[in-house]
Amino acid sequence: MASLFAQRIVQAALILLGVALVTFLLLHYLPADPAALIAGRSANAQMIANVRHQLGLDLPLPLQFWRYLSGLLRGDLGRSYIQRSEVATLIVARIPATLVLMLTGILVEVALGLVFGILAAVKRNGFADRAVMTLAFVGVSSPQFVIALLLLYVFAAELGWFPMSGYGTPAHVVLPALTLGLLGAGWYARMVRSAMIDVLNQDYVRTARAKGLSWRRVILRHALPNALLPIVAMIGIDIGQFMGGVVVVEAVYGWPGIGQLAWQAIQQVDVPIIMGVTLVSSLAIVLGNLLADAVAPVLDPRIRGR
Amino acid sequence: MTKRWLKATTAALAIASSLAGLPAHADTPVQGGTIVVTYKDDMATLDPAIGYDWQNWSMINGLFSRLVDYTFGTTDIVPSLAKSWTISPDGLVYTFKLDPNAKFTNGRKVVAADVKFSIERAVNPKTQGPGGGFYHSIVGQDKLADGSATTISGIETPDDTTVKFTLSQPDATFLNVLALNFSSAVPKEVVEAEGADFGKKPVGSGAFKLTEWVPGQRLVFERNKDYFRDRPNLDGFRVEIGQEPLVAILRLQKGEVDIAGDGIPPAKYLEMKNSADAKDMIVDRAQFETSYITINTTKKPFDDVRVRQALNMAVNKDRIVRLINGRATPASQVLPPLMPGYDKAYQGYAYDVAKAKQLLTEAGLKDGFTTTLYAMNTDPNPRIAQAIQQDLAAVGIKAEIKALAQPEVIAAGGNKDQSELTWSGGMGWIADFPDPSDFYGPILGCGGAVTGGWNWSWYCDKGFEERGTKADAMSKPDQKDERLKVWAQIFTDIQTQAAPWVPVFNERRVVAKSKRMGGPDEIYIDPTRVIDYEAIYAKQ
Repeated sequence: MASLFAQRIVQAALILLGVALVTFLLLHYLPADPAALIAGRSANAQMIANVRHQLGLDLPLPLQFWRYLSGLLRGDLGRSYIQRSEVATLIVARIPATLVLMLTGILVEVALGLVFGILAAVKRNGFADRAVMTLAFVGVSSPQFVIALLLLYVFAAELGWFPMSGYGTPAHVVLPALTLGLLGAGWYARMVRSAMIDVLNQDYVRTARAKGLSWRRVILRHALPNALLPIVAMIGIDIGQFMGGVVVVEAVYGWPGIGQLAWQAIQQVDVPIIMGVTLVSSLAIVLGNLLADAVAPVLDPRIRGR
Repeated sequence: MTKRWLKATTAALAIASSLAGLPAHADTPVQGGTIVVTYKDDMATLDPAIGYDWQNWSMINGLFSRLVDYTFGTTDIVPSLAKSWTISPDGLVYTFKLDPNAKFTNGRKVVAADVKFSIERAVNPKTQGPGGGFYHSIVGQDKLADGSATTISGIETPDDTTVKFTLSQPDATFLNVLALNFSSAVPKEVVEAEGADFGKKPVGSGAFKLTEWVPGQRLVFERNKDYFRDRPNLDGFRVEIGQEPLVAILRLQKGEVDIAGDGIPPAKYLEMKNSADAKDMIVDRAQFETSYITINTTKKPFDDVRVRQALNMAVNKDRIVRLINGRATPASQVLPPLMPGYDKAYQGYAYDVAKAKQLLTEAGLKDGFTTTLYAMNTDPNPRIAQAIQQDLAAVGIKAEIKALAQPEVIAAGGNKDQSELTWSGGMGWIADFPDPSDFYGPILGCGGAVTGGWNWSWYCDKGFEERGTKADAMSKPDQKDERLKVWAQIFTDIQTQAAPWVPVFNERRVVAKSKRMGGPDEIYIDPTRVIDYEAIYAKQ
């Protein structure tokens, strides 16, 4: 088990190195010249060359990459071209909001997914099942910005129940978390439903019922824990993805998360921020998966044995 | 000759106020109150030597002060850090006397050495600022810019309250340059202590100071109680970041926001304009801007002036203006109508498909040709590029559109081999100061025709260059009108003789303000400052 975990960590490090290399190369070959952008409209060739030298962009490519990597090892992600500030500082400033939205979003989607998934599995092929599955289908296929703008318009602009935009109070998180949750809940509901149906068909469930346990107890104590495994894996993936930023939701609600930072940086071709955010998001995805791998054996004794 | 600023400004003010025709019931400014301003993008730096965008320009302007400034909403130069100044008869030496009451917000007095340090800092390549080139007429600027000197020899400080600039050639725009944000006084000790983070913790001697900055969320500005000039009307303002323009407008209509800095999304614009309730929230004003198509004059077949003239006749500018809901005026020439030196008599090339075809035939291109049109990828630019594409197709020119992010379009235009046609929309030229010369050097002069530069037509004509230099040497006030005439003729001649551009339209700027905001439109869309945070006020 421990060796498996060590292996995973080495893999993770390699993945991150690969991500760093690929992003570095991609951004290097982007047809935009950071030096010219910085030097501005009134610059002459000499001034642009000066800036290029200051940024070390006139060094050979491998040396530039080495400088970037050695900076990374010291926790230095470089300085933003546009915002002229440490990339690490900019990212760290956005972590609290990103965390809040990730946690609340996952909470909503898992809660809704479990309730509706179990309902659908238990009432299989009934009206409730069909209604839930239709809703889940709508949720899964709706574009985020449509739901986001709809919720914003109805509950913030028209009804005024929640603030329209921003961050800071619990009221601010409700609509963004609901948007994320409603869309994600569709996936969870479908997964919970099929996992539950699998488990409910098992002999031990019939035995449990036969010995006189209530449905409630059978479902919550016997069936659900066995259906949870894929859900945990999925949560791990979501942690990674949401930590990498949910661009659309963050943009609509003015949520100061990492996705918003990334989106701005891409529009401005602010290379150091794009690199930094890509690395941090990759790290989050890798860690999310590691977390799911670490939790699985706790939930399922069968994995522990392997 | 000693130039008395007072005479000049009073005269200009008299003209300006008679022209503006302000309504008689113009409300009087109210003191106090704080307002909320929104923007979508994070604030870039507030370092005056670096900041150069729509958002930070007006905030930097309010945080810092410069030797000279403009009267709010106008283009008239008035004293600021400098109480008075003299200009030598040959126009080469400018001597400024500082206001002894000016203090930085850290409590220290502003002295002459601060002015020298600040301008040198703006020019120094280590600062990586975009404004160094503006100071080219000061003796010794070139040495600091290329790294062979550490100071500018042409800026001297005989005592704490005197700054003396020596120019290598008379420069009629020099006072305008000193009014740019890049010329703002910064305290050396704070700059050195903060290093590269000065832009996040700015200390100036302006009307406001920054009290809080939470990246990605908000910036809070408070009135500077020790400001040496008339205090601003507002007690402060709060800038909220990360707000989608559409959401910002909804909030504005609910009264949560006072100024939506990113303007009004096209879909909402018509709705607001047609609504009795919302139309007063729109501020819609012309600015010193021209959006144009550059034609790479060094590339075949565009090296033939007839082809360039044909392009000028082929583009239907009225249709393009309709495409953007009429938020612009079709342009006949390089200079925007507001700009001194605009040639009212020159009509430009009329839309004439037959004549365009005829010119192409004369140039031996009866069967047309193919080319590439670069454009920015944000709305409405791809739609405008498509309209241009259709217009060109009508005269037999097949243009492939490349819609890219702004920095990529700038890179393509500034690459002599890559650039062909470039639609400048979204980054059309906006004058840094109200003078026609600013529309020449970087975008039509030889100096801008460098890799990474902004002269995307790669147009470089020694004859025009010489005429421009001569015009700028006419720096005496009594030469002003003559100088403007010379510039007007240069721009008209460039278009009639060389046609390196297709001037398409002059875009108007739009911001939305809540009903409680008072004051005339020109302090919300100021010709040199964008938003005049010092002048605007809240009625309740």
